[in-house]
Amino acid sequence: MTIVVSSSDTRSLAKGTASGLRPPAPRRSARMRALAPILSRIGWAMASIGLFAGLWELLWLVGLADPKLLPPPHVFLGNFADQAKFFNTATRWQIGVAANAGPSPFQAVMITVGATGGRVIAGLIIASVLAITLGVLVRYFALVEKLVLPTVTLLSPVSPIAWLPVAIFVFGIGNAPAIFMVVVALFFHMVLSTITQIDGVNRNLINVARTMGATKWQIYKRVIVPAILPGLLMVLRLNMFGAWMVVLIAESTGVGFGLGQVITMARNTFNPSLVFFTIALIGLLGFLSDWLLRLVQKRLLYWVPQATGGLRGL
Amino acid sequence: MVSDIKPHSSADFHSSNHAVACRGVSKVWNEDTPRAHEALRDIDLDIRPGEFVAFLGPSGCGKSTLLYLIAGLEDTTGGEIRSFDERVSTPSPDRSLIFQETSLFPWLTVWQNVSFGLSIRGMGADERKDIARKALQRVGLAEAMDKRPDELSGGMRQRVAVARALTMRPKVLLMDEPFAALDVQTRQKMQDFLLDVWQDSGASVLFVTHHIDEAVALADRVVVFTARPGRIKTIVQNDLPRPRDLFSREAEGLRRQLTELLRDEVDRAFAEQEALRETA
Repeated sequence: MTIVVSSSDTRSLAKGTASGLRPPAPRRSARMRALAPILSRIGWAMASIGLFAGLWELLWLVGLADPKLLPPPHVFLGNFADQAKFFNTATRWQIGVAANAGPSPFQAVMITVGATGGRVIAGLIIASVLAITLGVLVRYFALVEKLVLPTVTLLSPVSPIAWLPVAIFVFGIGNAPAIFMVVVALFFHMVLSTITQIDGVNRNLINVARTMGATKWQIYKRVIVPAILPGLLMVLRLNMFGAWMVVLIAESTGVGFGLGQVITMARNTFNPSLVFFTIALIGLLGFLSDWLLRLVQKRLLYWVPQATGGLRGL
Repeated sequence: MVSDIKPHSSADFHSSNHAVACRGVSKVWNEDTPRAHEALRDIDLDIRPGEFVAFLGPSGCGKSTLLYLIAGLEDTTGGEIRSFDERVSTPSPDRSLIFQETSLFPWLTVWQNVSFGLSIRGMGADERKDIARKALQRVGLAEAMDKRPDELSGGMRQRVAVARALTMRPKVLLMDEPFAALDVQTRQKMQDFLLDVWQDSGASVLFVTHHIDEAVALADRVVVFTARPGRIKTIVQNDLPRPRDLFSREAEGLRRQLTELLRDEVDRAFAEQEALRETA
């Protein structure tokens, strides 16, 4: 008897083991059971993307989507090497180097992704550290609040685009202005939301610490910081998408290589396939980084109950 | 049963060794603003060491406010509060406060919560864990040491909060409707448990409640508050012998007395709220 196990068979397999039809393999079925929800989530994600891509393909098939302007997924994803050659990072500005020299197309894409991702991460880290520190200081010292908060509030509605010339004036061209742009896009909001988080800390927790003789410093360190961590990580997650958006604008001004630079090149050379290819890449990266941050959140914030669609029963 | 309130001389006040002594205490929230409202007016009250006193009154009468003032978490607008001859101006580990809602730190385990105050004092982890274990044994939750607060039921959480308060060896235990969020059966269990703990610890307990039954079951004296602004309407001595038979004729009489005292105040509080709604 041969048994073919596919993901949809896991349940019947588990049932079979339980009733003793097969020799018991408890470890395996337990792993299967743990895997089932993950497989189902991946399945639904595929279905969601598939639906979107399918509609697009359909529009192309019936001739509503012009492949020159809106090339469907199978066109812009179909020929990886063809797209990846535009990512070539080695030969672009060098004279006397053969067009085929340097990294392979796949490596070139990875280098570009790495460069952009690095800027996002660097910007996020710098912005978070600065903003959380300043936010806590604003609440800790009344003088800091009076001196800093008005300016922060004044600057926070300014679009990152407006900072672009400043970035170039001050930092020239390269990594520094791109990272500066990410920082400036996130910093002011994160200061304000850190303050909001601090104000939202349950008064009882603070009062308990006070009645136990905790000093102000101890209350901040032992109560307020852990209490605002969940909210801050949520803010960080939302701002990470913002960081991915801003980094493209920053990179379009001219950096060695980066996804923003590729998009700009695609626009200038009228290459819609490359635009969509890069968009797909960015989407994937944003999705992955969000997943990573959620993982961090789960590990770091073990005490926060996992949100699972509370309104599903409606 | 109603004791008459004699004005105390100030000499008596300053030399007394009361667990808590309030003289002319008043509190106005948001003083000097359009939103100012008077929560407490002219409170004179002495609590003896080891005494169990219940604060009873309509909601919004300022009984919880008085508790916060005694804890030192808020400043009085007028008058003075002393505890064991020391002026209350800041919170102190001598006066532990237990809240209605759970106030455990969700990121700490049960034993870390219980020993939080000790860690504030810089005590080492091993020693703290020992003390926490003993305190948790005292409240019957020794097995829950390493659990997190969200894994416990409401009653268990309040017991952990009591254990945490007790590790500070407070002289006064301030309780702000600690069992209000629990179901009736759990609340009765918790009342028995609290009486045990109280008799053991020798601390004074100030217990805010709006349940007449709770005041009858627990307190040596019941302080009845008027509707806003909160003043002491009267103080009722509760001499029912412990352990108390809550179905005795005396208990019934006390309940009736308290109900009548409270009814007028609740009516007044309602009338005032109605008036406020009409002006709004």
